[in-house]
Amino acid sequence: MSTVPTVSDIGSDYSQRYGFHDPEDYFQRAPKGLSHEVVEMISRLKHEPEWMRTLRHQALDTFVAKPMPTWGDTEMLSQINFADITYFLRATEKQGETWEQVPENIKRTFDRLGIPEAERKFLAGVSAQYESEVVYHSVKEELTKQGVIFLDMDSGLREHEALVKEYFGTVIPPDDNKFAALNSAVWSGGSFIYVPKGVEVTIPLQAYFRINAERMGQFERTLIIADEGSKVHYIEGCTAPVYSSNSLHSAVVELIAKRGARIRYTTIQNWSNNIYNLVTKRALAYEDAIVEWVDGNIGSKLTMKYPAIILKGERAHGEVLSIAFAGPGQHQDAGAKAIHLAPNTTSKITSKSISKDTGRATYRGLVKIRKGAHGCKTSVQCDALLIGSAARTDTYPTMEIAEDKVRVEHEARVSKLGDEQLFYLRSRGLSYDQARLMIVNGFIEPFVKELPMEYAVELNRLIELELEGSVG
Amino acid sequence: MSMKPEAVFSCRDVHITIADKEIVKGVSLTVRPGEIHAVMGPNGSGKSTLANGLMGHPAYTVTGAITLAGADITGLTPDEKARKGMFLAFQYPVAVPGVTVASFLRAAVSAVRGGEVPVREFRKELLARMADLEMDPAFAGRYLNDGFSGGEKKRLEILQLLMLKPRFALLDETDSGLDIDALKVVAEGINTAATDDVGMVLVTHYQRLLNYVHPHVVHVFMDGRIVRTGGPELALELEEKGYDWLAPVAAAAGA
Repeated sequence: MSTVPTVSDIGSDYSQRYGFHDPEDYFQRAPKGLSHEVVEMISRLKHEPEWMRTLRHQALDTFVAKPMPTWGDTEMLSQINFADITYFLRATEKQGETWEQVPENIKRTFDRLGIPEAERKFLAGVSAQYESEVVYHSVKEELTKQGVIFLDMDSGLREHEALVKEYFGTVIPPDDNKFAALNSAVWSGGSFIYVPKGVEVTIPLQAYFRINAERMGQFERTLIIADEGSKVHYIEGCTAPVYSSNSLHSAVVELIAKRGARIRYTTIQNWSNNIYNLVTKRALAYEDAIVEWVDGNIGSKLTMKYPAIILKGERAHGEVLSIAFAGPGQHQDAGAKAIHLAPNTTSKITSKSISKDTGRATYRGLVKIRKGAHGCKTSVQCDALLIGSAARTDTYPTMEIAEDKVRVEHEARVSKLGDEQLFYLRSRGLSYDQARLMIVNGFIEPFVKELPMEYAVELNRLIELELEGSVG
Repeated sequence: MSMKPEAVFSCRDVHITIADKEIVKGVSLTVRPGEIHAVMGPNGSGKSTLANGLMGHPAYTVTGAITLAGADITGLTPDEKARKGMFLAFQYPVAVPGVTVASFLRAAVSAVRGGEVPVREFRKELLARMADLEMDPAFAGRYLNDGFSGGEKKRLEILQLLMLKPRFALLDETDSGLDIDALKVVAEGINTAATDDVGMVLVTHYQRLLNYVHPHVVHVFMDGRIVRTGGPELALELEEKGYDWLAPVAAAAGA
């Protein structure tokens, strides 16, 4: 009975809650633009091993050689000025293990975003990235005792080089796509997680990503390895100040779920509407493993992101549950991919999008079943809700099924925020705004109920702000 | 003649058009506290348009004058009307997936009563009213009208009537789609809601519901107009003779 939307928070807006920024007073800052010098500087500053330095330089060459995508929102993509972006910003000299060790202005930022409070209440570990690097990192001692590694990626490389070298870039090679190459060249920060055999991390680990500077690029790199029979839930959130100029966020996230392991990866993406969010996320699921992407895209100017699961071992199961909210001027080009390589693997894709006013939501998905992968089951469901006559939605569901003995379900539905629904709710005393919010909250309920309670409340509030149209 | 109490609801010369087509062609009604009126008419006569138009459906253009407990509500929005004590039980209630009956009703009750109702108190009241209507408590957790049978939808409308306690209620074909047992339960709910200070209009095609809910006034509605008004006996006459015998009256009214 607790899902009654309240309107008490109306009036607060993105600019006030997330859109503020600190002075850009940084410890180290790469010159603007992309070059081998910048790549070299990043690698040197991080004291990286030779193989990583080489990988970065080669990836930069790949990035330069690869053309921009010829699909998706090519018009918006063409507006990115790669030369006008800062690719590396080190805000502080040292990472804090307690919030007291974090520089005052940065700590204040995360306070305002509620991160220390969330950590106290319900998280097993927290990583807070500010610009290019993680400025605060903490993990509950009992996890460390169980052998769980939860580090920022830079520390992961320093402290567990062999493990990183074995898996880094194996799920998403640097030449996978132009933006994966860019990330591989200039990556910084992100999370490195290893969960040993049979260990179940019962409370979530969280990373929070904050861009503060103007015309900034953030390129975090995350690698999660869940060893046989282990279990982990990782949550990421992101925000940035509101600027009139554009910034770029291009992450690469690789998940490896070994036999019988289970990974849930939850994202609440709430970048300000001047951020290009071009992310590659992919998981490998071995025998009997389960991988779930729970992906919420509320913010950004343009998001292009299609979390993928490669079902490599028999009976592996993959799920992608996503919502996208596209307000005026936003384009959420999101989707999912399920690649069935082994027999008896199953996948489920549920995509919900809301387009409001001139907002545009695109579902782009791929389900592939290899010849010989018999007994596979897959279901894809796309629901789009349009608010206003200018709102737009497109669906591109690609199915490549090379095996006969499989079950494939696909359903796509587009609905308009209905006059009849509004009239019904309003005839019961709910104002137009309340009625609209109730319908939208109902629409995203299947997604919201998969979130930890605190995030569900936050997401409902974000949607409410978006509907109000007060988001800058 | 004794002084009659002030009308709880009235409308004067109401015309309703949709997409430039006039459906309701001049209707006047006066409902006093404690009165139940039946508006009976054949299919396609514009009964539902009258009900939806009076409540303020945005697709309809309404002219004329409407009052609720003495106040002019002609130009008000549906939610303003609801907060002033007007209610419409829908013939075809729409589904709102993802919104539970309980959360919807709590929001509605809070809106109509003008303040948050404490959860515990609300829950107690809701479960009591659901028991009155012989509804499974699990019903409260289902999504609003989503996958409901016709009978379940009608029961939910009456549950809302009982929870929102309006001064004036319009019930549009509430008897349709109900088996006899459900009809009795629903009728009992309507009778409970029809207290001395409440006015009601039952819009119906058949006499069936009127065996359990006894109207004081019966209006025959044809081709967008009230063509005859009488006492309860008029309903029985319609049951016996159908509507055809009144067709010449309706034709004359339209001439």
